[in-house]
Amino acid sequence: MSLLELKNVSKIYGELHALDQANLTVEKGEWIAIMGPSGSGKSTMMNIISCMDRPTSGQVIFDGKDITKESRRKLTEFHRDKIGLVFQQFHLINYLTAVENVMVAQYYHSMPDEKEALEALERVGLKERARHLPSQLSGGEQQRVCIARALINSPELILADEPTGNLDEANENIVLDIFRQLHKEGTSLVVVTHDPEVGEVAQRIVRLDHGKIVSDRKNEHFTE
Amino acid sequence: MFFRMIRGTFVRQWKKMLMIALTVALGASIATAMLNVMLDVGDKINEELKTYGSNITVVPQSQAVMNKLYDVEEGDAGEEYIAEEKLGELMTIFWANNITDFAPVTDTTVTLNGEEVSLSGTWFDHHLEFVKKGTTYQRDTGIINLRSWWDIHDGNWLDEQKPGSEAGAMVGAELAKKQKIAAGDTITVKGEHSTETLKVTGIFESGDEADEGIYTTLPVVQRLTDSQGLFKKAEVSAITSPEDELAIKAARNPSLLSGDEYDLWYCTAYVSSICFQIQEAIPEASAQAVRQIADSEGKILEKTQLLMSLITLMSLLGATLGISNLVTSGVMERSAELALLKAVGATNGQVTRLVLTEVLMTSAVGAAAGYFLGYAFAQIIGQTVFSSSVEMSGMVAFVVAVLIISVTLLGSLPAVRMLLRLRPSEVLHGGH
Repeated sequence: MSLLELKNVSKIYGELHALDQANLTVEKGEWIAIMGPSGSGKSTMMNIISCMDRPTSGQVIFDGKDITKESRRKLTEFHRDKIGLVFQQFHLINYLTAVENVMVAQYYHSMPDEKEALEALERVGLKERARHLPSQLSGGEQQRVCIARALINSPELILADEPTGNLDEANENIVLDIFRQLHKEGTSLVVVTHDPEVGEVAQRIVRLDHGKIVSDRKNEHFTE
Repeated sequence: MFFRMIRGTFVRQWKKMLMIALTVALGASIATAMLNVMLDVGDKINEELKTYGSNITVVPQSQAVMNKLYDVEEGDAGEEYIAEEKLGELMTIFWANNITDFAPVTDTTVTLNGEEVSLSGTWFDHHLEFVKKGTTYQRDTGIINLRSWWDIHDGNWLDEQKPGSEAGAMVGAELAKKQKIAAGDTITVKGEHSTETLKVTGIFESGDEADEGIYTTLPVVQRLTDSQGLFKKAEVSAITSPEDELAIKAARNPSLLSGDEYDLWYCTAYVSSICFQIQEAIPEASAQAVRQIADSEGKILEKTQLLMSLITLMSLLGATLGISNLVTSGVMERSAELALLKAVGATNGQVTRLVLTEVLMTSAVGAAAGYFLGYAFAQIIGQTVFSSSVEMSGMVAFVVAVLIISVTLLGSLPAVRMLLRLRPSEVLHGGH
């Protein structure tokens, strides 16, 4: 059974077809890059996959369950339990320390556990910076806190929206290394990017243009 | 974690939170001041109105029947009298302390320089001593306080306690002008039974028919009317509680009240219960409320309370709008943070609870400060308007707390609505 299936999913805003009859399957443990130019529908697809938006038509099946018609509250619970989000802008709460930012996700999932939060930061190599505020961290470090926050509730899928868009090359490599590690550990990853270098490290590359999936191919150069 | 986030908001948005607290403090202070004054204003207005004359008239029982029969407001006609010594009984009734002043009055008509004029005999500042069951009651009472609005043009009030003052008199301004009488003059008045020579101590202006008459001591009029030791009516000024349904029911007939109602009525300073107790003490007398004064009290009280209610309402409305503005702009500023909470799994209810807790905590601080500020306002109003302090009611603290919680929640509604509509997909990822 696939982890995620989009069946003929469309999202229409007035005259604009942000996503047009998209079909996509994500297998468990798979690493997919969704690529395309600005306005191609990448973020719309990510919002629908992350249950933060509903399609105008079509079906979204997660872990065998059709979640298209679920209530907003159910979708929030579903999203909280199954999906970890990584943002281009990091979106850390600036008055909380790195470890507290990770614990926020725990708080709304179950119970905050500082030990677990520190372990998550250790996985991204930031245990020593746990007590620092976001303003005291570099862009790359902030993104790693964001990844630790996405990982803390052991989600089945990590969804990353332009995760390296605001990083220099060195930090980009650190983040990609973390993704490689997560993939090795069996975590499913969907990375939305317009950066070919980021896309080319994924296992499978899906290209979008004007809301349509124009190509869906395995990456021949993919290495574990 | 919840309180860490709240603390973070207080640290980061302290200016906004301070503004919310100040807005609430202002609303709470006005509400506290107005509600306390409103509760206390009944007694205050009562006290104020007492300076404008008596509110109870005591007349002989038979005179009262005649007055009722002929629908006369005050009994001053007829030849019925009450013994002067009985007036001391007023100092023995349950509500004696609420009786601020009283004075007997006997009116008669005398001839002055060939002209018939009205002459009233009364107490000015009479020292009264009364012994009952071995207890001595005493007080100074008279029309000096019952006619506090009199403007003394010339001379002074008649000082009844001064030796030789018995033959003193005060002449109304109109009569003094007509007969060219001045303070220090001597006038001779001729009555049915005697002729009296009086020394004018002062000329007064009352603004009513008293300006055409003369006021003198009671013994003078008693000699003129051959009614030694007697008087025709007494004016009593008492601090009373505003009339309510129980008072109206009792005024019709106290015997219709149940036992509990009777006890409550008897132990409340209604004008009707004070009248009832005066009649108990002086059975041959009938005590009647001067309806004009009682009605004025009710109307003034009603209007003052309406005005204060409106001020309270307007201040709370202002506070609601202020809170609404501040909380909404705070939520707008924090939209990314709040959207993030939703994105990491917070439900609408959890995010709303977070924001409302912050606002309610801020409001609590503002309300506490506002309550004490309101206490100060109430005292300023009390001292400025009524020259006395305003008693603070515990009930007002509770009512203000309920009002502030309601105002805060109501003011937060637009922000909550915005929160519920906040979509993390739009705020965190931007467009599509």
